[in-house]
Amino acid sequence: MAEVKKNEEPRIGVFVCHCGTNIAGSVNIQEVKDYAASLPNVVVSNDYQYMCSTPGQNMIVEAIKEHNLSGVVVAACSPRLHEPTFRNATKTGGLNPFRFEMANIREQNSWVHMHQPEEATKKAKDAIRIAVAKASLLQDLHPKSVPVEKAAMVVGAGVGGMQAALDLANAGIKTYLVEKTPTIGGRMSQLDKTFPTLDCSQCILTPKMVDVYRNENIELLTYTEVEGVEGYIGNFDVTLRKKARGVLTPDEAEARGIVGGGCNGCGDCVDVCPVIKPNPFELGMAPRKAIYIYHPQVVPLIYTIDFDSCVKCGLCVDACGDKKAIDLEMQDELMTVKVGTVILATGYDIFPIEKKPEWGYKNYDNVITSLEFERLICASGPTGGKLIRPSDGATPKRVGFVLCAGSRDNTGVGRPYCSRFCCMYSLKHAHQIIEKIPGAVPYIFYMDIRSFGKMYEEFYYRIQDEGAKFIRGRVANILEDPETKNLYIKAEDTLLGRPVDVEVDMVVLAAAVQPSAETERTRRLFGVSCSQDGWLLEAHPKLNPCGTTTAGVYLAGVCQGPKDIPDTVAQAEGAASAASIPIHKGAVELEPYFAQCIEEKCAGCGLCVNLCPYQALSLVEKNGRKVMQVTEAKCKGCGTCGGFCPGGAIWMQHFATPQIIAQIDAFLLGGEE
Amino acid sequence: MADENWEPKIVAIICNWCSYAGADLAGGARIQYPPDVRAIRVMCTGRIDPLFILKAFQDGADGVLVSGCHFGDCHYLEGNYKAAKRMFLLKTVLKNIGLDDRRLRMTFVSASEGAKWAKVIEDVVNTIRDLGPSPLREFAR
Repeated sequence: MAEVKKNEEPRIGVFVCHCGTNIAGSVNIQEVKDYAASLPNVVVSNDYQYMCSTPGQNMIVEAIKEHNLSGVVVAACSPRLHEPTFRNATKTGGLNPFRFEMANIREQNSWVHMHQPEEATKKAKDAIRIAVAKASLLQDLHPKSVPVEKAAMVVGAGVGGMQAALDLANAGIKTYLVEKTPTIGGRMSQLDKTFPTLDCSQCILTPKMVDVYRNENIELLTYTEVEGVEGYIGNFDVTLRKKARGVLTPDEAEARGIVGGGCNGCGDCVDVCPVIKPNPFELGMAPRKAIYIYHPQVVPLIYTIDFDSCVKCGLCVDACGDKKAIDLEMQDELMTVKVGTVILATGYDIFPIEKKPEWGYKNYDNVITSLEFERLICASGPTGGKLIRPSDGATPKRVGFVLCAGSRDNTGVGRPYCSRFCCMYSLKHAHQIIEKIPGAVPYIFYMDIRSFGKMYEEFYYRIQDEGAKFIRGRVANILEDPETKNLYIKAEDTLLGRPVDVEVDMVVLAAAVQPSAETERTRRLFGVSCSQDGWLLEAHPKLNPCGTTTAGVYLAGVCQGPKDIPDTVAQAEGAASAASIPIHKGAVELEPYFAQCIEEKCAGCGLCVNLCPYQALSLVEKNGRKVMQVTEAKCKGCGTCGGFCPGGAIWMQHFATPQIIAQIDAFLLGGEE
Repeated sequence: MADENWEPKIVAIICNWCSYAGADLAGGARIQYPPDVRAIRVMCTGRIDPLFILKAFQDGADGVLVSGCHFGDCHYLEGNYKAAKRMFLLKTVLKNIGLDDRRLRMTFVSASEGAKWAKVIEDVVNTIRDLGPSPLREFAR
């Protein structure tokens, strides 16, 4: 690699991209190119239709050699898109790749000033002048290569998290699967059937749950939450809180010297437990004891004590007998695991639809949510699969379905987005009613039916043929007859242009979905951004839908935005593939934006040491005085220390004070008047 | 008030992860906003030495915008808190040297807030246009 000598006059090449008409449509390229050629230190200025194309990149490579350039400026799109491309070209030309600077004249110029060509051209000139000023002061930098821990973590064990964990494990990677509830399976295990194939949800899910349990590379950590995260790609130290379950697994029992003991899932403890609580898995529609499992197919089959309601009577301890599985004094445990990459699959919750009082949820007995419907129609649910209405246990013959309940809602109460799978599951619910209850009629109140997936539209036709009534219109309100507890749905049929008032026995609200309650806390621990609605933000909506802006952290499933099971599984497989790449490569390069101490300026005051969020700085004795020292592997390059050093003794590589001052000066003092 | 040919010079020092990404998003969505602001990218607003802002004003900037992630969203945990503290203090300094402290503005624009970025720029430009040229402008150069 060519080392540019110190004190040598900078020799900068500027390359202006047309990006077809994306930039050239509003920026006068010729004028900008000529202007760039007139700037101090610029020895060559050129333009090309598409700088990112092979000929465009070759232009940079050739110019570096021909003009012995010390720095390269490309004025094109955002550095967030093509900085890596042009750094590579710079490297190919024989320069250190960090002697490259990009001027963003597309996203932050031509695209936002489309009808102001003069202003856009002036702004592009300024942007290039600023970039040239920085490029003139850039230095050779060398990325640090760090080894990647050969292990991964998946947070959330719904169908997405399980699939991701299985893929990673099957690729030979040790995978920690962390789940906050006592069992894996997530939302999908609460569903009865899945659209459009009408597969039994549990029947297709439980084999995967068993696979996860049996996989030697998966360490299953149920009833466990992420407590803290330190480190960076390749080397995350994740602290986990293993919540006190009160029940020992056979392995844990053996570790305590109880031979042949531990929970075997017999359930004798449940029979004697005197405390009765609503079962959250059944959405409160069925009871459970203080010692419980969610449902018969839980994985792992280990009982859990709810210590918030347990009265510690000890009856379960006696019932458990020689297995000695129950420990009423069990405490939470903290453990730290080291992993190279992390996948977040934290799923969703149901929007609290009682916030829309016009539909009467929690006010009228016979208004339920779709998830409650799933449990009521499910053979393993609280009613054994017999659909009854809550007020009197009667079989409903007329059922109203309210779609977009809280979704596509711009009132500020609900959610503005489409929840994406409610149309399809409501069609499925309509089918199930027709199938199970002879003569039953579903009334589906919809805004639009979004049946966009494979075989979805066909399913929609099938339900139409089966006799479901479709009424296109948003439901204004629902009223209850206090005697019969029947409901009157009031809406406008927008296709007929007249109001309708339909009497039904039961109403099912297809409530919107929202990020699960833990999503916000978890994303902050991992430093992942979110979109305005709280869904986790992918690195790029189209080209990097599984990645995040935190290197080494990936997304799977609904936590990134509403999606159905096929899409969740597909994204999970994508995330697993992405998360396995650094692990299989074995090493990752960290951008060398480290802080450096300019020791002759450092007074050893130590202010920076406390400012650093990563404990990367420390004070050391050197030549009889204290100076700051940087641990490069810990430094993430934020520059918080460099922004505060009273002596200006911290050199932030690639964002050094003289470089930034040069940019400010170039803009304000260097322009044409 | 300003002479007719005056065009405001506004420096925006913005963080890579939130506000710069938000500005890129505004571009992708073709949300049009006034062209008077020039952006300088840093990795985090925590990097911003008050010196940078004073230098910009010394150089004759009419306004400075500092924009980072929302509180709690900082890519580097807490750089934006530290930046906000510094900017708060710096506003006092600006007042003491006779500059209207509205010439310095700190905002929080996330990577998903393209429309908000456009609004912020519009707002900043309007504020600076109302305030007129910086009184330090004639001393610059």
